[in-house]
Amino acid sequence: MTRALITGNAAAAWGGRLARMDYVPAFPITPQTEIIETIAKWTERGDIATRMVMYESEHSMITGAGAAAATGVRVFTATSSQGLLYGMEMLYTVAGWRAPFVLVNVSRGLASPITLEPDHNDIMAARDSGFLQIHCATCQEVVDSVLMAYRLGEDHRVRLPVIVNLDGFYLSFTREAVDLPSADAAAEFLPAFDPQGTEFRAGKPVSQAVAVLGGGTYSYFRYEQHLAAQAALPVYDEVAAEFNDRFGRLHPAIESYRAEDAEMVFVMMGSFATKAKDAVDRLREAGIAAGLLRPRLFRPFPRDAFRSALVGKKGVAVIDQNLSMGMGGVLHSELASALYGAPDAPRALTSFVGGLGGRDIAPAEFYEMAHATLRAAETGETPPPRLMYTHSELREMRKLQAAAHVERHEQDIA
Amino acid sequence: MYRIRFHGRGGQGMKTASRVLGSAFFHEGFEVQDAPRYGAERRGAPMNAYVRADRAPIYERGIILRPDLVIVADDTLVPIPAAGVLQGLDNRSVLLIDSATPEDEWRKRTNIGGPILVLPLPDTVDRSSLAMIGIACAGAAARLIGVISEDALEQAVRDELAPLGEAVVEKNIQAAMAGYAAMSDHAGTVSEGVPAAASGAGSPDWVDVPVEEVRLSGPAIHAGATSVEVRTGLWRTFRPVIHYDRCNHCNWVCSSFCPDNAISVAEDGRPVIDYDHCKGCMICVVQCPPHAIESVLEVEAAAAERRGSA
Repeated sequence: MTRALITGNAAAAWGGRLARMDYVPAFPITPQTEIIETIAKWTERGDIATRMVMYESEHSMITGAGAAAATGVRVFTATSSQGLLYGMEMLYTVAGWRAPFVLVNVSRGLASPITLEPDHNDIMAARDSGFLQIHCATCQEVVDSVLMAYRLGEDHRVRLPVIVNLDGFYLSFTREAVDLPSADAAAEFLPAFDPQGTEFRAGKPVSQAVAVLGGGTYSYFRYEQHLAAQAALPVYDEVAAEFNDRFGRLHPAIESYRAEDAEMVFVMMGSFATKAKDAVDRLREAGIAAGLLRPRLFRPFPRDAFRSALVGKKGVAVIDQNLSMGMGGVLHSELASALYGAPDAPRALTSFVGGLGGRDIAPAEFYEMAHATLRAAETGETPPPRLMYTHSELREMRKLQAAAHVERHEQDIA
Repeated sequence: MYRIRFHGRGGQGMKTASRVLGSAFFHEGFEVQDAPRYGAERRGAPMNAYVRADRAPIYERGIILRPDLVIVADDTLVPIPAAGVLQGLDNRSVLLIDSATPEDEWRKRTNIGGPILVLPLPDTVDRSSLAMIGIACAGAAARLIGVISEDALEQAVRDELAPLGEAVVEKNIQAAMAGYAAMSDHAGTVSEGVPAAASGAGSPDWVDVPVEEVRLSGPAIHAGATSVEVRTGLWRTFRPVIHYDRCNHCNWVCSSFCPDNAISVAEDGRPVIDYDHCKGCMICVVQCPPHAIESVLEVEAAAAERRGSA
């Protein structure tokens, strides 16, 4: 095992390397490009026996990934934001082939307006695709999660592709100390992929992606995919337990930080959740029993685990770094659905949207969310969803609007 | 936790400097987080990089708002609000500037209360190589922090620059050590910041964002030529200077080749450079047939300008 300072992007590439990836279809996009640059450098130097191919788009890249995975080889690929959306048609399609591979997504906000900085709307758009989703909060988790994702997706009870998600900039370009497992230890944890006879060869053709009409056949295949995704919940727990046994790092489906005896709990995903840990510590010092639950596994959604972790709590503040237009935060909706009807469910389930397009979340904002949630639990009146946005940000926006609309304002005055 | 922010321009090696400092902390057994932040990824554009180091796991992320140490490799960045050099400095944060202007003058100009240090570099550091300034800054920062040994610093330079070859590594170690030695009187000046308590943090000052008509709330720019407002001239590390005694007044070569339309021709036929928008690509310097355009280090040109106006 080596301990090194590496970026989240390098950690993703190392995950693929330690998984002994056979094939990497690639297409560059910020902030993911460093991943494929790293792999390209390794293949060029002959450090790894991986075949890497540059495609002409993410649509073809994901098709190539699925097709290669269907032959039974181990496939790794990566994209981000607009790229993930450009490949969206094939994301749904290859998931249905039940050919497992790992796709790393480096989260970045979506157009319009266009940005390079992170939020989770890109990965939320892939929510219903059939890919499983693991969300990382540290560079260490990135390398560990890629290894775990192969074990999970390749398991014969699951057989689905997996997205490992990390935040652009806050992880992708940020270096942290990472324990890299040795190649031998990684190989013991993750043996070669055994497709159990479902793979195809040139001499043994298979028709993938057949057309079905009438609904009954379609419903069967689609529901089997859903059942496989649900079956991934207990398989994930097994994989996480074995990973912990071998490497001494436990990455549960839901990370729990000081949540057991907490009265109010933050729920959020991704790298900003480490900021919530800081806020929890400070709130505890101020006499407020705060905690954090962070789903690493988002698909399948660990519904029962959330229910049992949250019953009896006074209040839950859900922080979404995404926005479903016309509804609000996606995680908030999912949690509300998970908690509905649970005996002794939290009295308040508040919704906060923040961190869009890389916007920071300040310590004072975490404290205010805790207070507002406890107030709501006390009074029984839950405040409306809140976008974290300050007077000062709106004033800045007004200045930009004045510059952008100067002629129009002059017309208005005239 | 130590929180350190580096400010420089693309090409001055500040990302590498931050990584060298991060690696040096790492060799001293610290938990480390380091990252660069840049908008336009181009030489000369203002950028910053940050390093956090602690004995305990680091939960903070993103831009450092309350720095313990700010290092500025290019003093022309200080007055630029968008560069955010002075953001969050308080009476205990240390400001280190590589500058020909003395400390007293910087105190007057910035009106900040904490220690201000100007980096005195020996002539052995090659100032014409921009990256050498960055690496010297990393060495100076290591000494100011006081918990990083010369061995850790040297190993960190090797970690970050080994792929560039032994000659480059040696040159950089020399510059890093020169920066380290230059700060020997101030070793340990930088102290770790303590976390602010939750009580008394104040309200986040949230606003209810109003619903607004699409003509205001759509992301469109109706005013023309707003790019004029963006002073891309700030990105220059080198400045093209026209020597009119050698200029042929050909009227077109430099102005045609300028990719930013920053060279216009005056009525008397003289080409004039718009320094507010010249990014310092130096294409005009290369193209000018009589070699009438000279390339001057921006810091020197700016200093000469100040002397001229004083």
